[in-house]
Amino acid sequence: MFVISCPYCGARDQSEFSYGGEAHIARPEWREDMSDAEWADFVFMRSNPKGVLAERWVHSAGCRRFFNMLRNTATDEILAVYKIGERAPEVQAKLPATPCGEAPIGSGNDAVKVMQPGEAE
Amino acid sequence: MQRYNVVRLIREGLSGHKGWQPAWRKAEPKPSYDAVIIGGGGHGLATAYYLAKLHGMTNIAVVEKGWIGGGNSGRNTTIIRSNYLYDASAALYNHALTLWKDLSRELNYNIMMSHRGVLNLAHDEGEARQLKRRVEANRLNGVQAEWLEAKEVKAFCPPISVAADARYPVIGATLQRDGGVNRHDAVVWGFARAASDMGVDIIEQCEVTGIDTDKDVITGVRTTRGTIATEKVACVTAGHTSVIAGMLGLRLPIESHPLQALVSEPLKPVLPCVVMSNAVHVYMSQSSKGELVIGAGIDPYLSYTQRGSFDIIEHQMAALIELFPFVSRVRMMRQWGGIVDVCPDASPIISKTPVKGFYVDGGWGTGGWKATPGSGHALADLVANDEPNAIAAPFTLERFVTGNLVAEHGAAAVAH
Repeated sequence: MFVISCPYCGARDQSEFSYGGEAHIARPEWREDMSDAEWADFVFMRSNPKGVLAERWVHSAGCRRFFNMLRNTATDEILAVYKIGERAPEVQAKLPATPCGEAPIGSGNDAVKVMQPGEAE
Repeated sequence: MQRYNVVRLIREGLSGHKGWQPAWRKAEPKPSYDAVIIGGGGHGLATAYYLAKLHGMTNIAVVEKGWIGGGNSGRNTTIIRSNYLYDASAALYNHALTLWKDLSRELNYNIMMSHRGVLNLAHDEGEARQLKRRVEANRLNGVQAEWLEAKEVKAFCPPISVAADARYPVIGATLQRDGGVNRHDAVVWGFARAASDMGVDIIEQCEVTGIDTDKDVITGVRTTRGTIATEKVACVTAGHTSVIAGMLGLRLPIESHPLQALVSEPLKPVLPCVVMSNAVHVYMSQSSKGELVIGAGIDPYLSYTQRGSFDIIEHQMAALIELFPFVSRVRMMRQWGGIVDVCPDASPIISKTPVKGFYVDGGWGTGGWKATPGSGHALADLVANDEPNAIAAPFTLERFVTGNLVAEHGAAAVAH
């Protein structure tokens, strides 16, 4: 479980917050020649990274305001909290060594050991 | 392959169990294969098995980043049922159920398939109406289903509290009698053994780090154990589907969430069937070892950490104790999380992609286990023929563009 720092109320338990999904997905400007694929990309397609994700949360049992957060989805480490309308700050994150690999701590999956080339079993 | 039977068991028992062979070969990656399956879970191994058995493709490999049975296959609650609302889903899951029924014999491996029945509880009038409608839809699709009133529920599953003043009163339930549970390890081991016997290379501790293409045509995969040339790659890595597809720059309509489960200390047989409750987000069965196996709804946020948060467990336990008062005195032994990838319509993707030779089987959300043989069967067909069969056809990626969704979110009796 996380403690999330609401930019308006300060640090609170995660159970006070609701998840709002990936942030910075802009609704496309309406055009007459807009294709179904473009619309599908906005409605359904998501980046779903194993790494740094910009996401929205709402402090639903507190100030009830939305804000944005940067979190490392491989470890659940919260990297930055910023307000709606602001740009995501630059952050450093400890990413897994390989795309599907597990972070050294925090992944919850200590069982998967990633073999590097040349490494003996 | 060493056949398993009672004669061999007796012979081995008398000779100190020294003659057993490993169930599958520890294969080294070859320079090239006709097809590479990424992911050695139940679905990946079933795909390899049916590719070899039904389509004669034996020069194939299954690459697995950990070990067989160590990923989501070892993290689910093994509930088998097919009582989905829509025709497309009923066809897929009921096909899987049909395959489950004969799988122990077919694989010569006891997968401990137990058709003990699955109850889906209704706690209010609206839910009861919805479930009754689903019973009728199931019957039209040839899926075994019936409606039980509260006292019939109590008779079928005595430990349930059907008190009228309960916080979540049980006013009835649907029952699928041929639903049940099986043994997750046995399924993956059985598929791995049978596939390996037909020549499939099962390569563990081999993580895919990249996929090579030439003008949007697959040419090979890069792994932690070297590069493998191939023209066909099947991505069967539910949980990490987006990560693998991302290596090709593909965006998918999938978000990955932790889904938690836990088991109790072993008890004598107390629960004769599987019980699921949509409204209170909990489902429970009893394993053959005696542990109560309990699952929850997903954690709401996107994450690849296999833990989940405590408030979900707390909510789930509170609901469980309301339904089964005796559970309040049972100790829970282990809790874990698995990563499920959830599609917006709560239905899977079994599909070709814009990259020729790259196939995706994922997005199974919280309910992939029950589909294991059906998914493998359909994907093997797709990989071999490059065209989806009638079962896989509704589950293409294009449905998110055409809008032809298989919207099972509210309909599937799943505790999402």
